[in-house]
Amino acid sequence: MNDVAIELAGVHKEFLAHGERVQAVRPTDLSVRQGEFFSLLGPSGCGKTTTMRMIAGFEEPTGGTVYLDGRDVTGVSPNKRDVNMVFQSYALFPHLNTYQNVAFGLERRKVARDEIRRRVGEIMEIVSLGGMDKRSPREMSGGQQQRVALARALVNRPRALLLDEPLGALDLKLRQQMQIELKRIQREVGITFVYVTHDQGEALTMSDRIAVMEAGRIDQLGSPREIYERPATRFVAGFIGTSNLLDGPVDGVEDGVAVLRYGDGDRVLVAVPESVKPGGALEVSVRPEKIDLSRDEPTGTTGSVLSGVVTDVVYHGTSTNYTVRTAAGPDLVVFDQNAYSAEDLAGPGDRVFLTWSAQHSYPIGVS
Amino acid sequence: MTQVLEPETRQTPPAQPTATRRNRLTGGRVLHAYTWLVIAWLTLPVLIMILFGFNDTPGRYNQTWEGFTLKWYGRVFELDELTRALVTSLLVALATMLIAGALGTGIGYALGRYRFRGSGVLNLVMFAAISSPELVMGASLLTLFVSLGVGLGAVTITIAHVMFSISFVAVLVRARVLTLDRSIEEAAADLGANPWTTFWRITFPMILPAVGSGMMLAFALSIDDFVVTNFTAGTTTTFPLWIWGSTRVGLPPQVNVMGTLIFLAGVLIAVAASIRSRPRRRV
Repeated sequence: MNDVAIELAGVHKEFLAHGERVQAVRPTDLSVRQGEFFSLLGPSGCGKTTTMRMIAGFEEPTGGTVYLDGRDVTGVSPNKRDVNMVFQSYALFPHLNTYQNVAFGLERRKVARDEIRRRVGEIMEIVSLGGMDKRSPREMSGGQQQRVALARALVNRPRALLLDEPLGALDLKLRQQMQIELKRIQREVGITFVYVTHDQGEALTMSDRIAVMEAGRIDQLGSPREIYERPATRFVAGFIGTSNLLDGPVDGVEDGVAVLRYGDGDRVLVAVPESVKPGGALEVSVRPEKIDLSRDEPTGTTGSVLSGVVTDVVYHGTSTNYTVRTAAGPDLVVFDQNAYSAEDLAGPGDRVFLTWSAQHSYPIGVS
Repeated sequence: MTQVLEPETRQTPPAQPTATRRNRLTGGRVLHAYTWLVIAWLTLPVLIMILFGFNDTPGRYNQTWEGFTLKWYGRVFELDELTRALVTSLLVALATMLIAGALGTGIGYALGRYRFRGSGVLNLVMFAAISSPELVMGASLLTLFVSLGVGLGAVTITIAHVMFSISFVAVLVRARVLTLDRSIEEAAADLGANPWTTFWRITFPMILPAVGSGMMLAFALSIDDFVVTNFTAGTTTTFPLWIWGSTRVGLPPQVNVMGTLIFLAGVLIAVAASIRSRPRRRV
């Protein structure tokens, strides 16, 4: 029993665009585990769709090997690969009804008619489309078409299901509903999902693991929590949620904790690997919701402390967002949950103190 | 004063709508008249042709109204030469439709789907064939056939007709292919269909409307073509050639009857097509 469903070994892809070689995907190693919900996340043009299309067989890698279930499938045409894809445009067959759409894959594999009927019925129940067999795709709403596309792929029980921004065309409410649906369906059928998206919220809520891609390269691969809490690069820190990036000289390193000082009691503490030595510059990321804001000077804190002036206050319902100018580089953003505060902690122009514990700062780009 | 003012204030508000309504009414009438004028212009020649198929004329001259009769419908195939010409025309048109349909679909699909060496030139040639004058085309085809030593007849007519109608099929199919979502064919491949199955089960049904209208156009262009046919027919006579030949001695009413029947067939096909393509109700 092999528990790796998909493996990419040194896979890369070059395109010729206007006579120039463009590296759409740089040499990439990646393995997707059996039964996991794996997301490829990144902005448009980062190579995530090309990576997926190389797994499906619609693009041939310029170099490297694609393995499905341990078998080398590089150069094998899409109709002979045991993976199925859900297209961004759904790509339903407009001249066939729902049943014929869903049965298409099974018919190609010469499955017996009774068996086809049984399996199509089964999958239609799972995607909540029972009784819609005779409907034509154009008589269905976007959400329903989405489910047909899903059923058409899942009914074949592929080794892995590849989803290319499948919720992109739906409105927000339906998208959130479908996110939960998709996760439920994935648990129910137990098939490996590879999910391409540019929506970081979607990737965070649904995935077991996420690969964040930028400019044809995987910047970071890890669980949603790892990626959110400990962004490995400046790009990941900025792309996933909101991040504050501070930089400054390393004043000293003690017990694996570096201190960045900005004079007059302002300091940022961050746990660092051994490679970081005093004297160099360091970039540190801290999430806005980890920072406490107060008008009173903190006493006896062992964590990071920065003083500054509030420049902007925006009320967001569940939280209030403060922008604070400090000595540590660009303005910091602080989210204060409105669970306890009945009114704003400070107004524009107020002098405030920002504190957070050392464990909430992460060094960027060091290993 | 109030007595004078009151009716006025009562009248003023509806005054403006009446004016605009009157404007709209005259505008509507003009548009109405104009529409009927255009319809009359388009259908009058056809109606005259149909009418004179019912003309109780004694001889070959069918230019003055003599009274109503249905006898020409009974004697429509009485003139052997005319009937033979019509059959030739129908056979040539049918062959043209099928050959141009098959080849044009292939060319149109290739042009719409792939970029290949020579695709730009082929595209250009397609439009050039559509826009080049028929006289030039006919004359050069005649030169070509004669210099190759090919005997003129139904075969050369068909070759010539395929040649000029293939572009229309190709252009229509190409336009349709360009609007297709590429990922639909990819989805078919993804679900295990080989290229052959993908084309016949998925692509072809989607481009069928364009193929159908292209083939109908090819049939229509072929059956009433005169110029190119005249150059490439040799001693063979088609329906239009026969009519041309007999205009000097007068057109028999059978021509009107045949024309009416061809016209009716065309109308029937058009009506059937528009019923089929009527957008279905969305749920």
